[in-house]
Amino acid sequence: MITLFRKFLYGDYGEIEGGTLATSSSREWPLWEVFIRSKQGLDHKHVGSLHAADAAMAIENARDVYTRRMEGVSIWVVESKNIHASNPDDANALYDPANDKIYRHPTFYQLPDELKYM
Amino acid sequence: MDTITLAIQFQKKIDQDIKIEPRDWMPDEYRKTLIRQISQHAHSEVVGMLPEGNWITRAPSLRRKAILLAKVQDEAGHGLYLYSAAETLGITRDEMYQQLHTNKAKYSSIFNYPTISWADMGAIGWLVDGAAIMNQVPLSRCSYGPYARAMVRICKEESFHQRQGFEILLTLSKGNKAQQKMCQDAINRWWWPALMMFGPSDNDSPHTAQSMQWKIKRFTNDELRQKFVDVCAEQVKFLGMTLPDKDLKWNEAKQHYDFGPINWDEFWNVVKGNGPCNKERLSTRIQAWENGAWVREAALAYEEKKAARQYSYDTENKTNQVPVS
Repeated sequence: MITLFRKFLYGDYGEIEGGTLATSSSREWPLWEVFIRSKQGLDHKHVGSLHAADAAMAIENARDVYTRRMEGVSIWVVESKNIHASNPDDANALYDPANDKIYRHPTFYQLPDELKYM
Repeated sequence: MDTITLAIQFQKKIDQDIKIEPRDWMPDEYRKTLIRQISQHAHSEVVGMLPEGNWITRAPSLRRKAILLAKVQDEAGHGLYLYSAAETLGITRDEMYQQLHTNKAKYSSIFNYPTISWADMGAIGWLVDGAAIMNQVPLSRCSYGPYARAMVRICKEESFHQRQGFEILLTLSKGNKAQQKMCQDAINRWWWPALMMFGPSDNDSPHTAQSMQWKIKRFTNDELRQKFVDVCAEQVKFLGMTLPDKDLKWNEAKQHYDFGPINWDEFWNVVKGNGPCNKERLSTRIQAWENGAWVREAALAYEEKKAARQYSYDTENKTNQVPVS
């Protein structure tokens, strides 16, 4: 059903031999994912993607596209094909072990209301 | 799991307002509809730079010139956000460009009208960007995650576009007779095409029902158009100008403005490629793409040469083994 499209989706790297598609005839610049730290003290957050010939160009382009209004103080770029992703279809099985362990949460424990600072 | 079960689960997620993300299962038609809509939207942002680019070198002051440059740069950025969102659905950037350049993909017809005076920069900001915002705000709640996130970013930036446009018209409206005439003339020419931006009337819009069910669209074309008319009919008073519609009248019973019939023949004619600037816009776009070919190739060749030398770019040169966060 998805074979109509030539591009492989995020996280498909490695599932196709060699990591590239034989049918891709165009000389498109590779795709990069952009992560931005909006201010010191916060995590980098995924903001989008762009095409660039290399990492230096990807950072410069990310600067021009994603930080025009002072949205960031630090930029990461990762070539999209290097991002490995979990499969959403496996979500049930993958996160199942966490489901029945409510004793990991502090609210699981019944303690007297009078008890302070705990 | 069979397709029918998947489709039922998919619709259930949509009904619960759970966003669809790139790797989730989705019906082929949903994917196709989104690719069509998002790429068309991206093309509109890119072609939308052309009518305004026309005035960058002739802006009346340095302030206006800097603003116009920033606005046009924003539009390039908006095109990129949207192309990226479409790419998560499995189409390549080059394929989308090719569809645009071979006339297989459409862009908003509004950009096939000429920008003949400086006041047009004002009217475009106020009316064209205003109509776009009206469309885009609900799209930022669209069911497809990457599209919705792109729209949030775009809407934030778009607000400056509309305000700077209104400011241009406001300045002209306080100017001399010739400037006021220019202001009214621009409003006259952009009003109806701006109304057409919302697309055909609900009765002639076959995809609307499906798109609403999938929560790609949240309002119908006519609902959004009515909202736009109501807002503009009030805003135009601040300019001391009028909208070119003799049927425009407040309807107390409906609590909306009534407005005259839209010339749909003109709309379809421009969509089909016979607008004043269709050919010029497309050929400018193709020329830009072709003139950039050597840059794209040179950058790739340079990267390949560097890779062959085992050179790796690293901002700090030696921190590869240390966690970066």
